Amino acid sequence: MSVAKPLPHDAARLHVTGAARYVDDIPAPAGALHLAFGLSEIAAGRITAIDLDAVRKAPGVVGVWEASDLPSDCDCSPSNHDEPLLSGHRIRYLGQPVFLVAATSHLAARRAARLGKLDYQSRDAILSVDEAMEADSRFEDGPRIWEKGDAGEAIDGAPHAIEGVIEIGGQEHFYLEGQAALALPQEGGDMVVHASTQHPTEIQHKVAHALGLPMHGVRVETRRMGGGFGGKESQGNALAIACAVVARATGRPAKMRYDRDDDFTITGKRHDFRIEYRAGFDDDGRLAGVEFVHLCRCGWAQDLSLPVADRAMLHADNAYHLPAIRIESHRLKTNTQSATAFRGFGGPQGMLGIERVIDHVAHALGRDPLEVRRVNYYAGETVAGAEGGAAPRRPAVAPPGSISGKMKEPGQDLASRGGAEGPSDAGAPAVPAGVQTTPYGQVVEDFILHEMTDRLVERSDYAARRRAVAAWNAANPVLKRGIALTPVKFGISFTLTHLNQAGALVHVYQDGSIHLNHGGTEMGQGLFQKVAQVAAAEFGVAPEMIRITATDTGKVPNTSATAASSGSDLNGMAAQAACVTIRERMAEHLARLHQDEARDVRFAEGQVHVGGNRLSFAEAAALCYEGRVSLSATGFYKTPKLKWDRIRGQGRPFFYFAYGAACSEVVIDTLTGENRILATHILHDCGASLNPAIDRGQVEGGFVQGAGWLTTEELVWDGDGRLRTHAPSTYKIPACSDRPDIFEVDLWDGRNREETIYRSKAVGEPPFMLGMSVFFALQHAVSACGPGWPDLQAPATPEAVLAAVRRARDGV
Amino acid sequence: MSKIHVTTTVNGDPVEFLADPRETLLDCLRDHLGLTGSKEGCGTGDCGACSVTLDDRLVCSCLVLGVEAEGRRVDTIEGMADADGLHPLQRKFIEHAALQCGFCTPGLLVAAKALLVQNPDPTEEEVRYGLAGNLCRCTGYDKIVRAVMDAAAEMRQEAA
Repeated sequence: MSVAKPLPHDAARLHVTGAARYVDDIPAPAGALHLAFGLSEIAAGRITAIDLDAVRKAPGVVGVWEASDLPSDCDCSPSNHDEPLLSGHRIRYLGQPVFLVAATSHLAARRAARLGKLDYQSRDAILSVDEAMEADSRFEDGPRIWEKGDAGEAIDGAPHAIEGVIEIGGQEHFYLEGQAALALPQEGGDMVVHASTQHPTEIQHKVAHALGLPMHGVRVETRRMGGGFGGKESQGNALAIACAVVARATGRPAKMRYDRDDDFTITGKRHDFRIEYRAGFDDDGRLAGVEFVHLCRCGWAQDLSLPVADRAMLHADNAYHLPAIRIESHRLKTNTQSATAFRGFGGPQGMLGIERVIDHVAHALGRDPLEVRRVNYYAGETVAGAEGGAAPRRPAVAPPGSISGKMKEPGQDLASRGGAEGPSDAGAPAVPAGVQTTPYGQVVEDFILHEMTDRLVERSDYAARRRAVAAWNAANPVLKRGIALTPVKFGISFTLTHLNQAGALVHVYQDGSIHLNHGGTEMGQGLFQKVAQVAAAEFGVAPEMIRITATDTGKVPNTSATAASSGSDLNGMAAQAACVTIRERMAEHLARLHQDEARDVRFAEGQVHVGGNRLSFAEAAALCYEGRVSLSATGFYKTPKLKWDRIRGQGRPFFYFAYGAACSEVVIDTLTGENRILATHILHDCGASLNPAIDRGQVEGGFVQGAGWLTTEELVWDGDGRLRTHAPSTYKIPACSDRPDIFEVDLWDGRNREETIYRSKAVGEPPFMLGMSVFFALQHAVSACGPGWPDLQAPATPEAVLAAVRRARDGV
Repeated sequence: MSKIHVTTTVNGDPVEFLADPRETLLDCLRDHLGLTGSKEGCGTGDCGACSVTLDDRLVCSCLVLGVEAEGRRVDTIEGMADADGLHPLQRKFIEHAALQCGFCTPGLLVAAKALLVQNPDPTEEEVRYGLAGNLCRCTGYDKIVRAVMDAAAEMRQEAA
């Protein structure tokens, strides 16, 4: 059995020898052109005059395009048709592409792109959430509001109440490989595109739209990305379209990659949020009601902001049963980069809101935040049928008729998360009385955080270390320590239900070698290896017998983005289905040849056992080929049980939840705000892991990235809307030296109670939020400086920590 | 701008190329010599993805001009494995799963090799600080540090 083994990444040998090819490493055919964008220097206003003579005359320049030269609007949006490839006269953010240069080299194109002379008429830019609220500049007609019970009444009736605000900064993806695309013109006007993208189908769709081709005229191939993290779900559209337009116009191959500064300046990032909260609770810290207002800065275009903001709302409970809650979410339109998908997709921001509330409650009561967390946890895992004969309760609200049966518009982006609603078949599921539900009505039936927390408390020696921290803080006036243990409960599935589907294509060749293809993309997460292990297990062969091939829209069509942590859940199941189809055909034929029953044919350890004989898999394949058995099959999977109405905020958007918990200890310097992580212990739930080595890598990397988001990674825009942190010189992702001295990661040993691929769980995004433990450990350390509420803001840069130290000291 | 003829040694082989004097060594390696193992992550010497050694000195090849390689010795990731197989660092990176997307891996390996030449018996902390100039966005670094420590131990044993 090849699953559950810690096998190396499929391309590991290529990676360590430098032979792994990324888009920019593909040898460009002779005559290839290189592209660069000329960017806007203002955040909002109009271009009054544009003079590109110097650009056209620059050495190596072959062509220059303004918006009016394009074959169509060349829309790049994954949702709202509001992202023209080139700005035209109206400027919506500083860094917006205004014109496109094609030259004989990358350097020549970039140099020329700096020579454009643009005259502007600026208007006041809307940069902050305050300015956007003031101007009522937003996406959707008003705030999205979901309610469960009467939160206001619950808070007012509770013995204690708190209120506060937390600012949560955004985050640059900083995939090490910047955005890149290469378009190769084909006969008859067709186009082949190599793109560094998490969503080849989206690239195919957008390129086809830009060129006025049916989707079959465009084939997109993605072998691998040098990191994605959500930043390559929609942000690669512009490059692919630009390359395709130039390739079409010139008949020459065209390649584009963003230099790092351009990548920062042009592309979207994680949404920054302001979360205002109010909560009522009892003497034990048990929450009676919570109100949240999410102010979400979406930037200039809609992109994926609606589902991101939805997912923030969907994680406003994290691990806690909230009897009454009201969440009001404002999706604000600003003159900044269009914020986009980033690992967690709004979940981390929503979760930080409730964790902040818990921390605030604990501070108000003078309790250990972990106690307050546990008091509020959802009830433990339910045993199927344990609810007894309680009558199902249906939600009172009827679905509004305006949502269902909406007609699709032509050209609509069905394959994108930002796409319009599918038909609304959702009502909240029937809920047996006495069962705990999330704020959106999903029954929490797999809650394992009680046991996980127990184990992590023991493993990290939390209680003794918390006492040691207190003793240290009593003895040391300058350096203060802090410790925190925080949980994660993350919902798994695309919230746009129809995206929860996947396809695979498997061929068995006559020599027994197997070709595997599926719709998922490889960005380093080890998806290809995991799915190959599934295929190997199904055929009972060694993983080396499987050739994993580049994601290709010509092999598996209509794929969803490799996103929402869904890669192995969806594609593993689709690949399994294809393998089973072929295996059953083979078994039937071999059984006939050997007077055996098909169901008794066994595929194991590279051999096929049939009628008392043993054949090698290769011999079996050859026999089937000679017996005219089809050895190629597609597989398809759609996630069951999902029903979701995002307008009402009711239903079952998630197939299941993935869980984790982390305990981090930190030290701060109260004179400078500088800080370090001293130790981190993690326990993470991957279900029955498909590959523990790969999953552990996701957990470690996710934690470090999450800790970076909340500590060192600060995005700063100046008053003109210019992003001042646009390269690693000014934007600090964690480095090797930031890794905690003690870093222990364990995987929770359990099986998914839902029928996922070999009972594994998705692991891409959930560990990211383990980084919250660092933020709350910092808050704990700051609390040691005085009685005041530290009100630490994110990211907790030294500056933010120092400000919090002052607030704690000045005490209220 | 007229091009300059450059004669240099790359991974032990004599090579020649014509370089625009403004071109970086990284671009020369990638575009003129087809050695695409060295990557551009930032172009400003902050991420280490383009690490190579120039006369055994670790450099960011995006901060060196191609013409500066004249008469010198350049070693890149492509030269790390020899006829006998993978370098111990390469093997240990695979064994420890010290890579994910792989984009930073060539630079990290070149930097780690240079570190072990200078200090064959580093402490874990010395490895962490020694590799702090090479950014990785995927792994969280833990497995990289372990792989380098393990490789260093094996290389000391071989040398003994």
